[in-house]
Amino acid sequence: MTSAPRPPATDDRLPLDPALAPPGTTAFRDAGGLPAGNWRGARDGETLVPTHCCFCGVQCGIYLRVDRTGTVFGVEPRNHDINRMRLCPKGINAYQQVNHPDRLTAPLVRSSRDEPFREVSWDEALSVTAAGIRAVQARHGNDAFGMLGGASLFTEKTYLVGKFARIALKTRHVDYNGRLCMVSAAGANKLAFGIDRAGNPFSDILLTDCLLIAGANVGECFPVLTQYVWGARDRGAKLIVVDPRETAVARTADIHVALRPGTDAAFFNAVLHVVVEESLTDEAFLATRTSGWEEARAAAADCPPRRAAEICGVPAEQIAEVARVFGTADKAMAWHARGIEHHTQGVDNCLAVINLCAATGNIGRPGAGYGTLTGQGNGQGGREHGQKSDLLPGGRSINDPEHRRQISRIWGIDEAELPRAGTSMVEMVHQMRRGEIRGLLGICNNPFVSLPDLPAVTAAYDTLDFHVQCDFFLSETAANAHVVLPVTTWAEDEGVMANAEARVVKHNKAQEPPPGVRTDTWVMCRLAQLLGAGDKFAFTGSRDVFEELRIASAGTVNDYYGITYERLEETGGIAWPCPTTDHPGTPRLFEDGRTHHPDGLIHLQRVEWRPPADPYSDEYPLSLTTGRTVAHFLSGNQTRRLGALVEQTPRPWVELHPAHGFRNGDPVRVVTRRGATVLPALVTEAIRPDTVFVPYHWPIPTAANTLTNAALDPRSKIPEYKVCACRLERAEHLDEVPAPPTPPGRSAYPPKAQAARTDPLPPTAPQGRGTAERS
Amino acid sequence: MMGRTIFIDPGRCIGCQACVSACRECDSHRGKSMIHLDYPDEGHSVASLPTVCMHCEDPVAPCAEVCPADAILVTVDGVVQTADTSRCIGCANCVNACPFGVPKIDLAAKLQMKCDLCYDRTSAGLAPMCATVCPTGALFYGTLDELRAERPGVEVVDAFAFGGTTVRTGVATVVPADRGRRPLPGGLPVVEVNGVDVRKADPR
Repeated sequence: MTSAPRPPATDDRLPLDPALAPPGTTAFRDAGGLPAGNWRGARDGETLVPTHCCFCGVQCGIYLRVDRTGTVFGVEPRNHDINRMRLCPKGINAYQQVNHPDRLTAPLVRSSRDEPFREVSWDEALSVTAAGIRAVQARHGNDAFGMLGGASLFTEKTYLVGKFARIALKTRHVDYNGRLCMVSAAGANKLAFGIDRAGNPFSDILLTDCLLIAGANVGECFPVLTQYVWGARDRGAKLIVVDPRETAVARTADIHVALRPGTDAAFFNAVLHVVVEESLTDEAFLATRTSGWEEARAAAADCPPRRAAEICGVPAEQIAEVARVFGTADKAMAWHARGIEHHTQGVDNCLAVINLCAATGNIGRPGAGYGTLTGQGNGQGGREHGQKSDLLPGGRSINDPEHRRQISRIWGIDEAELPRAGTSMVEMVHQMRRGEIRGLLGICNNPFVSLPDLPAVTAAYDTLDFHVQCDFFLSETAANAHVVLPVTTWAEDEGVMANAEARVVKHNKAQEPPPGVRTDTWVMCRLAQLLGAGDKFAFTGSRDVFEELRIASAGTVNDYYGITYERLEETGGIAWPCPTTDHPGTPRLFEDGRTHHPDGLIHLQRVEWRPPADPYSDEYPLSLTTGRTVAHFLSGNQTRRLGALVEQTPRPWVELHPAHGFRNGDPVRVVTRRGATVLPALVTEAIRPDTVFVPYHWPIPTAANTLTNAALDPRSKIPEYKVCACRLERAEHLDEVPAPPTPPGRSAYPPKAQAARTDPLPPTAPQGRGTAERS
Repeated sequence: MMGRTIFIDPGRCIGCQACVSACRECDSHRGKSMIHLDYPDEGHSVASLPTVCMHCEDPVAPCAEVCPADAILVTVDGVVQTADTSRCIGCANCVNACPFGVPKIDLAAKLQMKCDLCYDRTSAGLAPMCATVCPTGALFYGTLDELRAERPGVEVVDAFAFGGTTVRTGVATVVPADRGRRPLPGGLPVVEVNGVDVRKADPR
């Protein structure tokens, strides 16, 4: 479990000897040799620990700078394959949370929500927790206690969450916050390919001739990937962006399709319609590699561009142009993210993209394929090994008798003891409201910011008899709990994550946790002991858990057996499936012409557009869509405590077109059928006049999720965050704009960021509130 | 032409401010950022533009030329350094003289600070922090040949016209191909002062 800071696995520092200076330093040589600089790689007494950023699904390589006392105090870019030294502002500032003054350093306990927390010993906190769990289950049954994990946890911990819920808690109600993120893409990929991951590595973007980006604000959500996008364009690739807003990447696109939110399936069907009409299909590919093409084509035939143009609010000619550019490219790729996935037909939208790629023969070749961009750092790995309500490790189905037998044998339990599938995260909240779930253990998630229809969510949590949260900051959700257990940041433990390419990377431990803080692994193992299942949780750390995970995944589609910590440190990452320890991994899928369905075919599906769940009316005529900003991550528990990021984006806003008659900064009340909030206007022509945008990282009272609709995709159970009906009202006073509350900790600014506030440029930042997911 | 330097490519900027955060991490001005991020077309487009010190070469660094305390030194390799704290008197002459609006004054400390091309790093052959991390390559550090190897056909300028004065800089800007042969307009020409058309005034 312990892993002392170590030197870089590969030294990507440039040589310090002037004679060995790289090409391009001629100006210095011409001027008389290298002037004396003070940069010395790892500075005196300092250690650089190679690891990865804790935030998004790109998983950029970084070094954490550790001083001679063993304390993380800075960051250095790292020349890892994925990011090649590039970083976004979140990655640069992430280290500041490790020793942030708001860190929780002692367990907190109270017997009712009316009382203040009191700091207690770990023994007392764990015994209160175990007693609370037993009390709920004794009175209401095992399934009355639920567990929610997170996709920012290391994969080892997500494996433990699934095992802990089913063996220690003996409950079927376990799910995770990836349910709010990636499950539509996961469902579509599983249906079409029998495997749940992106088909191609990021590096394939550099090889493509046509890159289609749908519902992915790459510039703000995955900034480091823009280097791949620009790299493709440098080679002459065409760029098509489908997004209601003119994002930074859309601004540079060859074709920007600014479609109305919630109409993606109609758009992609119409593109496929033109592809068929103009004979741009790859008939040989369709005949030999796919099934279901007739059904998919029939649905597209019913959706000519003229009809789609009316639905989507874009010119029919533009739809046809997209079809021609994509269909005539030798190698074309489509990458998508939450913009098409956060819908009541999120799975259909992803299937429509797959239909297009397959119809044009763009699957399984260098520069040709599909990819899904994961929002959370371990959005991919977090769902692979049993944390999801319907899955067991290795992506096995929890209702499949053979899969149940296999895992029961590995876990050493009787199959009858293994619970059946539970419900999804949003459905669990409904069950709380109905009194069916009476207790909850939350780990690495913050539903008080991240779930739709927040007023209903907070009311549901208030009904819980016993609520425990593990976190390293006191999130809004933790502030509602009876017990809060302080756990480690990503820099204080080791483990693996799988990024959006399904590349498994290793995070290394850079410092010891503060006194009083324990790892999530330790917490789950100790709690399991107290609940009578200690023999199934005899793990000393992440490495032990990973060894069991490797075995549990062997022979499955999500095969990790060939991946070891040592190999990850040597290689910089291995894409699964990787069945043997000499297997190189699988960066690109289907190169052998077979999918993971038994027949080896791509199962194309019929997709028909249907309108969003929240209908427009005279009262609610506009589309509200939500999304991320570059400075913040998910519910902001981490990023809204970091001074530089708070300064960069101190508060949410409502982005709207000048046609509505507002000026920049005007207070605007955004009203939906679920609630209203007042936000300052950001007036721009870079958004459709019938659409408004609100970023979602903030809690009540400025939470976008006060407004959003909790309607779910029937298959993936993902909420429809990306579209609901709304109207705008002029608020009377700027005072009506509520300031984000101060976090329930100390300063929003760690020491170094405070120094930044003396910057000669005036700081603009009201202090933000912290809360949310974590690694 | 320039050697190893920063090339600014406005077409690639996504406004993420990674450069701003990275600049704070540089050892030579720890905790403070020396980068401006501008939004030249706000309200109409999401275009953004990072501004670093252009390290003027000809005429040599107006900020240094006007400094009454000789606090701003220019190294032999053309890097215009941040003000020497033992000399700077915080008069802000440099702020007024800079045609690009780069130097900043800490009024409380009465000190100027500006981008010094991360001299601690560049002098050791490394890229400055801003260009190292820039996720899009809007800030690129290297030679023109290295830039062109990565971005075939790219055109750059290192001359900026301010009215009748042209300033040549050590830092270059990527421009559309049809702009590459003439200086970029750096500011509007002065036409009228106190109601007098200076273009017709007797120069004497």
